[in-house]
Amino acid sequence: MTSALLETENVHLYYGEKEALKGINIDFKPNTINALIGPSGCGKSTYLRCLNRMNDLISGVKITGTFNFKGTDIYAPDVNLVTLRTEIGMVFQQPNPFPFSVYDNVAYGLRLNQHPSKTELDEKIEKALKKAAVWDEVKDDLNKNAMAFSGGQQQRICIARLLAVSPDIILLDEPTSALDPISSGEIEATLMQLKSTYTIIIVTHNLQQASRISDTTSFMLNGELIETGQTSKLFVTPDKQETSDYLNGKFG
Amino acid sequence: MDLKSPSKATNEDRRGRIITYSCIGIIIVLVVSILYFIASRGLATFIQNHVNVFRFLTGTQWNPSLLDSHGQPEVGALPMITTSFLVTILAAIVATPFAFAVAIYMVEIAPKRGTKLLQPVMELLVGIPSVVYGFIGLTVIVPIVRHIFGGTGVGILAGTLVLFVMILPTVTSLSVDALTAVPMYLRSASLALGATRWQTIRKVILRAAMPRLLTAIIFGMARAFGEALAVQMVIGNAALMPTSLVSPTSTLTSQLTTEVGNTVMGTIQNNALWSLALILLLMSLVFNLLVHFIGKRGEIK
Repeated sequence: MTSALLETENVHLYYGEKEALKGINIDFKPNTINALIGPSGCGKSTYLRCLNRMNDLISGVKITGTFNFKGTDIYAPDVNLVTLRTEIGMVFQQPNPFPFSVYDNVAYGLRLNQHPSKTELDEKIEKALKKAAVWDEVKDDLNKNAMAFSGGQQQRICIARLLAVSPDIILLDEPTSALDPISSGEIEATLMQLKSTYTIIIVTHNLQQASRISDTTSFMLNGELIETGQTSKLFVTPDKQETSDYLNGKFG
Repeated sequence: MDLKSPSKATNEDRRGRIITYSCIGIIIVLVVSILYFIASRGLATFIQNHVNVFRFLTGTQWNPSLLDSHGQPEVGALPMITTSFLVTILAAIVATPFAFAVAIYMVEIAPKRGTKLLQPVMELLVGIPSVVYGFIGLTVIVPIVRHIFGGTGVGILAGTLVLFVMILPTVTSLSVDALTAVPMYLRSASLALGATRWQTIRKVILRAAMPRLLTAIIFGMARAFGEALAVQMVIGNAALMPTSLVSPTSTLTSQLTTEVGNTVMGTIQNNALWSLALILLLMSLVFNLLVHFIGKRGEIK
């Protein structure tokens, strides 16, 4: 049994008085795809955004619990947010490339804190776009505005932009919900390839998608974690009645 | 039910359309007549008084009552054109960093406090009549300039400073709009890649908003170029080529306001002023085209 890369324990989150997360414990092992499922408003995206501290941007949010990433508490006061976010990167629901060229998009993270040479940059950008499985589609148009590509291509450019800064963990917040089935399939294939190098945590509304690509699945309901475990087991023989009801479409 | 006779709603529809089209028609007639009037008067200098266009644009002597060595009236508009452009460009250069800084503060850094504090300030600056700006310029800025640089204190520097304050609210509020229009998800994307807030502002937000920010500057320049009264009060009103930033000179607009009461319709003196007005008109057309062009470029996202 490999030890977990990221362990979260007893995570509570309050929007003012409202408790949005009520004690979540999930561990994530390296080189796995972990799905977070549950009905809308159950807190799964909120939980995901705790993991790279994107919730810090919202005023009036209070977060408690421990988040142990490679032996460090990511909410410790001396944690460098910039480094944290390059190690735990995020892909959003809506493809959000910058309105720049594909090249500048992928180069963005690389240019933030260092000044790589042109050849080094070219090499890293090509590598990132190849890993995100979008290289063949954009290699002749690297100077074209990223917004001019299709939604699925934009989303993979966003994945490439993230891969370029070599994170350990990739958080994906419903990355295919704004895409058509074919583009979604391409994203899923990309994620399967990335599993060998990265740890992936994906929030999804699409149960088939979770069962197709993930190794572990966590089911959340009303801010509580109902059940977490191997995807193969959870989808076939869930322990809890709520999980079974949700998977069978009785609510949600 | 009578299907063929018009219903009450149809009649109302028609009435509304007639009112709308007549209003549009009147406005179009108005605009075309203004253009025709300015153009016909402005071109009279060249057609009736046989002034050479090139000499008009490049001549530095402005004295329409006198004839020069070629037997032509002395109507060299270059001093006014130069001064107009100089005060406009200098005012834009001075105002832009302040406007951008205020806009960034209001949108990115302290949206609540910044807007509460600075919004009324900007609205107040817009509301102050230009004659008041000119008056303040004359009683405060001109003496200061005189004290520091000597001379009379009037000229391009004083004009620039007055125009800077006058165009600041225009450029600022349009810059605020430009920054607000940058979608939230670009900020999240940048922060999630490990960028700091300042890096996000500099590398993503300003870059994404650039076409609209340029438009904001051009609108400010258009306002500076067309401002007459406040500039007239501090520029010196001498139709002389500016020799420095503190020498008395004259802009296109200030020359118009100063002289227009002293000329008789149809004379060369009057026609020459219309030619200045024509230049102003053409320049505002250029500013509009620039805004349009940049807006089009900015759309290709």
